[in-house]
Amino acid sequence: MEILHFDIAAPTPAGGTRAMALVGVVASGNLEVLVERSDTPDRCAIEISTAAHGFRDLWDAVVADFVGRRAAGGLRIAINDGGARPDTVSLRLAQGVRMIEEPEA
Amino acid sequence: MSDIRQSWYEAGARERIAALVDSGSFAEFVGPERRETSPHLGIFDLPAQFDDGIVVGSATLDGTPILVAAQEGRFMGGAFGEVHGAKLTGLLRAAKALGRDVVIAFDTGGVRLQEANAGEIAIAEIMRAVVEARIAGVRVVGLIGGRAGCYGGGGLIAGCCSTLIVSEQGRISVTGPEVIETNMGVEEFDSRDRALVWRTMGGKHRTLIGGADVFVDDDAAAFRDAARAALAQSARPLSVRSAYPHSFALSEVEGLGSIDGASTSLSTNGGGSIDGASTSLSTNGGGSIGGASTSLSTNGGGSIDGASTAPSTNGSGERPGLDLDTLAAEQARLERRIARFGDAADATDIWQALGIDDPKAVPDMPATAFATLAAQYRESADDAR
Amino acid sequence: MRQWNTRKALREERIAAGAGFATGKLVHPETLVDFLEAVLRAGDRVCLEGDNQKQADVLAKGLAAMDPARIHDLHMVQSGVVLPEHLDVFDSGIAKRLDFSYSGPQSARIAKMLFGGKIELGAIHTYLELFARYFVDLTPQVALIAAVSADRHGNLYTGPNTEDTPTVVEATSFGSGLVIAQVGEIVDTLPRVDIPGDQVHFVLDAGKPFYVEPLFTRDPAAMTETQILTAMLAIKGLYQPYGVRRLNHGIGFNTAAIELLLPTYGEKLGLKGKICTHWALNPHPTLIPAIEAGWVEQVHCFGSEVGMEDYLAARPDIFFTGPDGSLRSNRAFSQTAGLYACDMFIGSTLQIDLAGHSSTITANRIAGFGGAPNMGSDARGRRHPSAPWLQAGAEADPDTAAPLRRGRKLVVQIGETFGEGNAPLFVEKLGALELAEKLNLDLAPIMVYADDTTHIVTEEGIANLLLCRTADEREQAIRGVAGFTEIGRGRDKAMVERLRERKIIQRPEDLGIDPLDANRNMLAARSIKDLMLASGGLYRPPSRFRNW
Repeated sequence: MEILHFDIAAPTPAGGTRAMALVGVVASGNLEVLVERSDTPDRCAIEISTAAHGFRDLWDAVVADFVGRRAAGGLRIAINDGGARPDTVSLRLAQGVRMIEEPEA
Repeated sequence: MSDIRQSWYEAGARERIAALVDSGSFAEFVGPERRETSPHLGIFDLPAQFDDGIVVGSATLDGTPILVAAQEGRFMGGAFGEVHGAKLTGLLRAAKALGRDVVIAFDTGGVRLQEANAGEIAIAEIMRAVVEARIAGVRVVGLIGGRAGCYGGGGLIAGCCSTLIVSEQGRISVTGPEVIETNMGVEEFDSRDRALVWRTMGGKHRTLIGGADVFVDDDAAAFRDAARAALAQSARPLSVRSAYPHSFALSEVEGLGSIDGASTSLSTNGGGSIDGASTSLSTNGGGSIGGASTSLSTNGGGSIDGASTAPSTNGSGERPGLDLDTLAAEQARLERRIARFGDAADATDIWQALGIDDPKAVPDMPATAFATLAAQYRESADDAR
Repeated sequence: MRQWNTRKALREERIAAGAGFATGKLVHPETLVDFLEAVLRAGDRVCLEGDNQKQADVLAKGLAAMDPARIHDLHMVQSGVVLPEHLDVFDSGIAKRLDFSYSGPQSARIAKMLFGGKIELGAIHTYLELFARYFVDLTPQVALIAAVSADRHGNLYTGPNTEDTPTVVEATSFGSGLVIAQVGEIVDTLPRVDIPGDQVHFVLDAGKPFYVEPLFTRDPAAMTETQILTAMLAIKGLYQPYGVRRLNHGIGFNTAAIELLLPTYGEKLGLKGKICTHWALNPHPTLIPAIEAGWVEQVHCFGSEVGMEDYLAARPDIFFTGPDGSLRSNRAFSQTAGLYACDMFIGSTLQIDLAGHSSTITANRIAGFGGAPNMGSDARGRRHPSAPWLQAGAEADPDTAAPLRRGRKLVVQIGETFGEGNAPLFVEKLGALELAEKLNLDLAPIMVYADDTTHIVTEEGIANLLLCRTADEREQAIRGVAGFTEIGRGRDKAMVERLRERKIIQRPEDLGIDPLDANRNMLAARSIKDLMLASGGLYRPPSRFRNW
């Protein structure tokens, strides 16, 4: 497995009060995104575990786009990747951020 | 979107639990934030999942505390690994200790090849835990209607449950279609023939031959209603004897000593009103499943000789959860099944032998029509559950 | 003194030669190959009926079994190159030249044979264009067609899959050519007459129905959340603001997802009756929930779809049906309808370049065009106004006075930024261009030209090319929805943001689309079984799509 770490400035703090959100599953072309809260509201930390080696540049682009577009400040995100396409990763990240804004079920 | 039925087949493990239990009541044990992942998959450069493909916890169903588990059929085909298995074993042991009923939403292809030894051991441990919980009087209800079906060791565990609730999409078997084809040849079983797979292992067939107790539509609400009904039984009629199809000669049945003692007829529980109720529900009167419009059941009391269905009692008072008599009766039932259907080349032959006029029409039948048909003709599910 | 009836005389010769293998018009099936060798001449122009759906498959087999020493160098003119026999005749030398339109399943083999020089290529056409040439410079001398049944006079019933047959017969029979029909059975009385018997010269009782491919069935079970998100973008960002009521959909999963979102997401947006009421469309099973929910007023079909027959017959208010009750399709008319009477075409492609040209042809696969370029082009001859057409025209050309301004058809390419096998949708150079260079073609096989394309929709957003004023803006608008492909990552971020401010680019968040709604629960049907149930059991899906 290739493990990638990102810790980048996130302009918009995440909303909601939920402690945790989980979206997606680990399957071919899919991924799971576990979103938790951290103590640094202006940063977003992302850890990715993927079996598809050698795509750091692409992850870099996806993560930068995500943090720029969504309210991701103060989040700690862990990803288990089953070889998802970047568009699927983007969608899951967006869903994870939306989910943690939602009230507890 | 609230008018849209929630498909059980489509739902993930967490969505199934959410649909099943009282809103907000679920408390997960060893949740994804604990990151108790498989210690084996990384060796094969395979990604782990934070919950190892199974969600377990406590909840209430209509206010009654239960324990609940759901497998995630999309992660590794819902297959059992070391952690996955340990979570279910632990839940079942807790059920025994707490005396709480358990609902398991199966969705599994069996044991993970990458952690086969651990997975096989887990299957054995889970089967033991199911049996021990049942002996202690805990009901273990299995729900089967997911993408991966219920195969391999999952099929064995399902066979140990008190009640199985299945939808058309659910498949129950030990050996999967591809494995049969690989070992026996495509002439014996063409795993790509989806209609063949479904009529051999699918929910309708399993219901008709008594491999599952309750048939429901692919609807999360129907699964919830059926599970609620299965758990709502006041007594724990784990030794309710089989209802034999009306085409079965009574003398043949009576020849099986173990049911000679069957004396209490079904008519005690409301006769005709329970046409919709399954064997395991039958002591409970029809009303309890009134909400389950699509859930069906089986040997509708009125349509069968009153003598054919009867709970076996253990003298007076408490019934045993699971005992040798029960297992012997189940063994006898399976032997009869082989004797009766062993020569059938296709499920449709079996359905014909059950007395169904147009067996070829069965796969296309909507759930309610199938319910009516199955109630009349099915070989009943039985005592071991 | 010039003879003015040589073509008819030749036809009479062919009829006389074929009569020895027939009783009346009925060809003796066991002599099919001898019969074909008797009526055909080397070098003939032959139309073998077959498109992306129905196939004159028995006649195709007969043709391929002929002796190439006797019959060779045929010029095949046909809608579809679909069956192996369609190319076998080129391998054996029976045929030499090919003019066609579509080649789905044979796309790899046809490419190989073109490179190998086995086929002399005339051109790759659109359906309507090829039909047009049947009446001008590609009139067949012999047409081999397919029908459901015939009577003894040669009247034909073509059933729901009428498709190309009337067009092929019209051109061939009235152009003094010979028409040979394969039919599934000979009956005393036909349910309806689709082709009059005096236009048909021989009939072969094939003893079985002609082959039909269920090409327009998309299994909802395979639809992804990304496709659902993209479909929501299209509905909220295009269908709603333009008020598109008359349209054609392509064949892909993205547009099928749109069909399945109409009764759910579309309903939520209050769009029922305001969009998607009139269609030029094959009977897509995925349209069933929208029809049943009362969204659809009328559909005209190019062909039928396997398993939909009973459903279509039970919905004559919606579909065109004959006196027998069954669907009457007609590819030529429906293509014309798609060209002139629809305000939007939306479909998928394999490659889009930086100008906005798109193609389904890659260097190793020549899939042809089918009808997409007819639907996916602005009809310059159009003269009737409609709100979406006028609005699109105004966006493209705000300066011209309205009475002199042409409207524009909305021609939309929809797809995910990465397609099958992670192939990027957006490329620097189209495979079609490489192919044109390799084969020395005058024209690169472009499916939809850049100047016809008005919008591109991906999961990242909508690019409105009508609003672009320069080539640079256009390129950045395309890059701005190209996601994480090389093309997308090569964008000028600042310019893309400016285009977004001008609503040339719209993102899901700009349109208020919640990513949590991109969920399969949003689909009105999530399986083929759901479609069958939605049809009240009238839709009978073929077994390969069944899960029960």
